[in-house]
Amino acid sequence: MSHKKLWSLLALLTLVVTLLAACGGSKATPAPEQTQAPASGDKNEVEVFSWWTGGGEAAGLQAMIKVFNQKYPDIKFINAAVAGGAGTNARAVLAARLQAGDPPDSWQGHAGQELIGTYVAAGQIEPLNFLYEKNGWLKVMPEKLIPLISKDGKIYSVPVNIHRANVLWYNPKILKDNNVEVPTTIDEWFAAMDKLKAAGVETPLAMGEQWTAMHLFETVLLGTLGPDAYNGLWDGTTAWDGPEVHQALVNYDKLLTYTNSDATSLTWQDASQLVVEGKAAFNVMGDWAEGYFQELGKTPKVDYGWAPVPGTGGTFQFLSDSFVLAKGAPHRDAAIAWLTVAGSKEGQDAFNPVKGSIPARSDGDRSLYDEYLKSAMDDWASNTLVGSLTHGVVANDSWKSEIDTAIGLYLSSHDIDQFQSALATACKDSGPCQ
Amino acid sequence: MNTQSRARNWLYVPLIVMAIFYLVPLYVMIVTGFKSFAEISLQTMWNLPASGIHFDNFSEAAQKLAPYFWNSTRMVLPAAILSSILGSLNGYVLSKWKFPGSNIIFPLLLFGMFIPYQSILIPLVEFMRKVGLYGTIGGLILTHVIYGIPITTLTFRNYYANVPTELVEAASIDGAGLLKTYWHVILPISIPSFVVVLIWQFTAAWNDFLFAVVLTDSQHWPVTVALNNMAGSQIIAWNVQMAGSFLAAAPTLLVYLFLGRYFLRGMMAGALKG
Amino acid sequence: MRTTKDKILSIALVSPSILAVLIFVYGFIAWSIRVSLSRWKGLLPNYAWAGLKNYIELFHDPRFQVDVRNTAIFTVLFVGISLILGLFLAIMLDQGLKGEAFFRTVYLFPMAISYIVTGVVWRWLMNPAQGSRLSGFNLLFDKVGLDFLINKWHTTPQWGIAFIAIPAIWQMSGYVMALYLGGLRAIPESLREAARVDGATEVDIYRHVVLPLMRPITLSAMIILGHISLKVFDLIIAVAGKQVALDVPAVYMWQTTFDGYFFNRGAAIGILLLLSVAVLVIPYLWYSLRGEAEL
Repeated sequence: MSHKKLWSLLALLTLVVTLLAACGGSKATPAPEQTQAPASGDKNEVEVFSWWTGGGEAAGLQAMIKVFNQKYPDIKFINAAVAGGAGTNARAVLAARLQAGDPPDSWQGHAGQELIGTYVAAGQIEPLNFLYEKNGWLKVMPEKLIPLISKDGKIYSVPVNIHRANVLWYNPKILKDNNVEVPTTIDEWFAAMDKLKAAGVETPLAMGEQWTAMHLFETVLLGTLGPDAYNGLWDGTTAWDGPEVHQALVNYDKLLTYTNSDATSLTWQDASQLVVEGKAAFNVMGDWAEGYFQELGKTPKVDYGWAPVPGTGGTFQFLSDSFVLAKGAPHRDAAIAWLTVAGSKEGQDAFNPVKGSIPARSDGDRSLYDEYLKSAMDDWASNTLVGSLTHGVVANDSWKSEIDTAIGLYLSSHDIDQFQSALATACKDSGPCQ
Repeated sequence: MNTQSRARNWLYVPLIVMAIFYLVPLYVMIVTGFKSFAEISLQTMWNLPASGIHFDNFSEAAQKLAPYFWNSTRMVLPAAILSSILGSLNGYVLSKWKFPGSNIIFPLLLFGMFIPYQSILIPLVEFMRKVGLYGTIGGLILTHVIYGIPITTLTFRNYYANVPTELVEAASIDGAGLLKTYWHVILPISIPSFVVVLIWQFTAAWNDFLFAVVLTDSQHWPVTVALNNMAGSQIIAWNVQMAGSFLAAAPTLLVYLFLGRYFLRGMMAGALKG
Repeated sequence: MRTTKDKILSIALVSPSILAVLIFVYGFIAWSIRVSLSRWKGLLPNYAWAGLKNYIELFHDPRFQVDVRNTAIFTVLFVGISLILGLFLAIMLDQGLKGEAFFRTVYLFPMAISYIVTGVVWRWLMNPAQGSRLSGFNLLFDKVGLDFLINKWHTTPQWGIAFIAIPAIWQMSGYVMALYLGGLRAIPESLREAARVDGATEVDIYRHVVLPLMRPITLSAMIILGHISLKVFDLIIAVAGKQVALDVPAVYMWQTTFDGYFFNRGAAIGILLLLSVAVLVIPYLWYSLRGEAEL
């Protein structure tokens, strides 16, 4: 390239940049009016942050946005959904925005300690009692759920759905071909998988990347300890260094011997898919997996069956997605409008059948939900409830991240004693243990 | 002679083997990008598209990524150009107008090129919030410009060090001051260096992920962050994902293919005296 | 000859850059050090003094020990193989073969692409599934009869990190090749001629004339690759995701800060990373700039 050409290229670039600077400059400069300005120009928009970026989740959100747009046609909905998959973590992005004091108007948070121990503790969100009173939500939201989203009598979020974490997905054909019954206790489960292994099933239990190992871990804790002792782990009444937890770790250790060797390279979808494709017998995953199976065009009870994770029958280990109101939300009124829709029967019945979850409200229209979800609604109403660890109900984010590290270290060392002492330390440093 | 040239032909074997190694990821990306959704399977990833070539994956990806391409563009161009101009001025002063202390300043600037950004990340976010630039393209531009200063200064300084000092002195005998000398003597001979630095900064800012993911909100994401976000969906349309990957890489690839010689020189500059 | 006005002007020209770097590099480092000595855990800043507690805890933190080990393995393999491969390719390309420009372009292009773009492809290529789900390189090995090469790649227990070096080598070895090629081209032909006249074979020339002249380039390349290796982040996120087995300090910093809200610990990791880079880079800067002053 001749120098003349290069010069003209440079000149062109400079021109472009000057133009860009001219149009972008007014927005980009740290002018003081920028911090207060949004109120005037773009009052009629609302930015909602979630990690629902794909599949049934994104479609469900869209369905709810549609309801919102019908009710508030003059408010522009800004969908700030960030994928939670490998790479950027939605919550990390949210944390950076909160650290920077630039909160979205409303964001998705799991009911429970993620909400109370993290956002409420940091004073990032507003109480919503006025919304509950105005819309009469106290009558329709489950009584057991309200304490999990409250602190000192103030309610901090609007739950939109309920998911179940302790679900064992299985391939009915593999089980039938090998004369294996659906296990109900952990020992039966071991026996079933021994039998399958002996019969040449490559992967008795499918597992994915590290967080799915935590998901499996919390269900094994529940299955071994039972609901009361499990709940005690999170309020400090069950000892993390005691014999019960040790037994749970022994069970977990044994379970892992049945898993696929390439687990760490699989997403949860990859792992669950192995079951419906007949390449694995079992998989433990929350019931959002059912939404995924439906998307793949699979038939319930033919391509996949479900049961509570062995040892956890009669217990519903749940998580609930909810939306909060940011303190100092740039568009407070629009955010309240959004929360009103998120808590309404119409909004929830638009969202949940598509997302593949049951509504948080107890007055959802049953006929809209599929076979699995109907069974989940029944269990939700009748079972003992306990919260999920992986999905933010029972432990705050700091504690959870320490448990995650302990699991990660254990997965490479397989040293149970070290694992248990790391768990005990995590509870002392970031949980209620003394 | 004949035996020698035959022996030389053997040299092509390792060269070609290595070329294949370098091209394999590109092959997989492009082949997958042209497949239909039904054809996507890890077990057939090496096969060529069987049901014809699907260009629509590329248009779908382009549609999804379009706003983010625009974000990247309006972030990268100012960032590259501003840091080049600053680098040129610094390099000029630090090589031809040394002042007391400039020998200390230069290594202090250079060290900024090597720091792990994790060591400044938390204050950076706090700072951007305080000046009201958090989440904006402007904040990201500022970040790339400032952390680009060390390498651009180094490149220009090394380049100007080889410009005979007599040239500058002759100009000042004619009465030209510092700025006039820069404008009339130094700038006209700086084009090769400008190209080198611009390409280097363009590539670095376009490919950056860490700053972009920490400093921008969803409406201001550059294409790298948006692309990574696409992969987080439930059912991933790998054909569209791969087509998108290819599109996201295209600008830097094109720059590299057409201006590769200069790119090479830019990289050499990173080696100080290489 | 130089007027006072010009002297002031020269300082005025560089001072914005110097000021910016002072704030954004040194000021922020000082700020990070302050955070690393605090009790800031949770979303709200808390600068209560903690002394060296965060650092002491890190030295006893098994995850940080995994990080150090992983970084060491990764660095040795990535830097070592990139240097050898780069030198080999440079010498091959220096033979004046036809098509040199083509090969040079092919070897270099990975430099232009971000790991976020190639990460997915590398995940596919290094797919560790066995048996009926064989895929990626393993599938290729199986098809061409090189079954013994089939392996678990980055999911290999304990040594998975070694395989993460492969994409890194893929991206950076071309760069090393370019550095060496530049060096080789700078050797005057007269030097080689003189050696030939003395009866040296081509191999001797490389051993006794060419390679010794490449030492400064080797040093530069080692420093540059070394500091890239210590800072590695995008590559791990894109290929491995977040798992302790393949953890490195930069990823730990990111996760503990923004997932776990341990801002104090995150800052401490950042500062330790900085120190490790400084140990590598400062002597090098000193050495090269001093050498320059002597000229």
